[in-house]
Amino acid sequence: MEARTDHMKYMEGMEVISSDIMDRVIREMNEYDYSRYTQADVKAALSHDRCSPEDFKALLSPAALPHLEEMAVRAQDETRRHFGNSVYLFTPLYISNYCENYCIYCGFNCHNKIRRARLDAEGIEREMKAIAETGLEEILILTGESRKASDVKYIGEACKIAKKYFKMTGLEVYPMNSDEYRYLHECGADYVTVFQETYNSDKYETLHLAGHKRVFPYRFNAQERALLGGMRGVAFAALLGLADFRKDAFATGMHAYLLQQKYPWAEISFSCPRLRPIINNDKINPKDVHEPQLLQVMCAYRIFMPFAGMTISTRERAGFRDHVIGLAATKISAGVSTGIGSHVEGEEEKGDDQFEIADNRNVEEVYDSILKRGLQPVMNDYVYV
Amino acid sequence: MEKKDVLMIGGHEFTSRFILGSGKYNVELIKAAVEDAGAQMITLALRRANTDGKENIMDYIPEGVTLLPNTSGARNAQEALRIARLSRELGCGDFVKVEVIRDSRYLLPDNYETIKATELMAKEGFIVMPYMYPDLNVARDLVNAGAAAIMPLAAPIGSNKGLATKEFIQILVDEIDLPIIVDAGIGRPSQACEAMEMGVAAVMANTAIATAGDIPAMAAAFKKAIEAGRAAYLAGLGRVLEKGGAASSPLTGFLEE
Repeated sequence: MEARTDHMKYMEGMEVISSDIMDRVIREMNEYDYSRYTQADVKAALSHDRCSPEDFKALLSPAALPHLEEMAVRAQDETRRHFGNSVYLFTPLYISNYCENYCIYCGFNCHNKIRRARLDAEGIEREMKAIAETGLEEILILTGESRKASDVKYIGEACKIAKKYFKMTGLEVYPMNSDEYRYLHECGADYVTVFQETYNSDKYETLHLAGHKRVFPYRFNAQERALLGGMRGVAFAALLGLADFRKDAFATGMHAYLLQQKYPWAEISFSCPRLRPIINNDKINPKDVHEPQLLQVMCAYRIFMPFAGMTISTRERAGFRDHVIGLAATKISAGVSTGIGSHVEGEEEKGDDQFEIADNRNVEEVYDSILKRGLQPVMNDYVYV
Repeated sequence: MEKKDVLMIGGHEFTSRFILGSGKYNVELIKAAVEDAGAQMITLALRRANTDGKENIMDYIPEGVTLLPNTSGARNAQEALRIARLSRELGCGDFVKVEVIRDSRYLLPDNYETIKATELMAKEGFIVMPYMYPDLNVARDLVNAGAAAIMPLAAPIGSNKGLATKEFIQILVDEIDLPIIVDAGIGRPSQACEAMEMGVAAVMANTAIATAGDIPAMAAAFKKAIEAGRAAYLAGLGRVLEKGGAASSPLTGFLEE
């Protein structure tokens, strides 16, 4: 195997922006020693009206786990205050699963022997039409991270088709330059999600062995480039379980916090994924991030950034998802498939899935379960201007 | 004959002085606002109404209730104008509540862009009700820009913190001839009552009712509080004695006749 490249060095063509946010986040994360926090710190954090970064550290510490119920009460209060009882629905659409990266935990990685597929314009339209017929008005377009198989123009065409069928289009694709984000915004997309996976750059290097994704700082600054490109909102996530989840969750929150301070109008959102088994490797699991720890992270995000959106992944079981909406999460996916070309009834899936999902319910089932919890399913809260 | 106490906005007459915000809506809330709080005007986020699907908020709003579409989602005057035009195209009428917000944490209105938006919309014939941070100079500019009412915030939206900006709202009430409608931050009926006693023309609330334990009961409580406050204002509040009695040796006691 070739010698591994320097993961902190930009590759040719990668835009460099002027920003100190990464250095600040990494420095603060390295200094964060969660074992120092006591239950008294947690109680103090919960008594503060406005949660400071220091309070956020306490809420993510092991000392906070015995106070999970109080955290949940506070989180629910904040969620209701900022979102009422609205719960937003969306579905992801995977349009291509070709990937040039070797990320050892991901089902799409370029060395994993799976069926690869890329929908053409007609295929995308068929899928989107089928999804729109379920009543959904928000779509999240995803691709594997391959500029070759799914270039910016191709993604742009998908956004234009999406505009015909949906009120809101988000993107979860490989990081790109701000002019490319601007182009995709003009094509109709307005939200960009990038998972940093882990904020521990040494660990990151061992997990992302090859490809563009290997470049840690270029990925880190993706959200900022997206905002510079005119996107309305950006979403953040660490894939919990890859490294020290408390530090990763802290860095995720700080990343969002500092970016919102720099761009006060930006709409901020979190995702809270845990590791899941993939095709050809059913041993992958979220390690020490059990449901209580996951809920702790979600509540801490909510209390720290009460106005931020939060998506609950289909990686989690239905019972967990149903209880965290309205408590901390504000957005839930429904009718999910992480494979390629599987939304049209009677058609066979063309490409394999990225990971196993744990909640197979369709849109109507999720819609009804939201109503049953006394919450209001909302298909759209957005106007493209 | 006794003169009817009505609220006039842009040539339209309202007998209710409670306006329901709809940022955090559900069917029960809208029903309670109309039936229990007597709301005749309901705001409507156009970005929420702009939907053909199964959960269109407009289906829940009874006839006879005036829609007050807002421009939430707009970050500058031009975006607000585009949303207002879209609202008119969708048949939401001529009322528009200007909301221009460039801060996602506090959702504080951008007064500068709000003045610009008000002027643009008034020129196009909208009945413009701008949401603003209570500042007298800005309020005067909004009057000149063609606003039909002024909507100062009492406290950060959704905070339920009450009349944090009371002194500044009072200045607007005293100096501006348009209806002053307190928007955002009202957390309990007593605060709504207090605002009405000050002479504001109407109160808007959403979170306070939406997050109450019993939504219809809280809606009814707001109705009574607003009516009581209005009645007190019309009656003319009695003089409030300063703390402590008059000094036994007045400072001016040395003066000779």
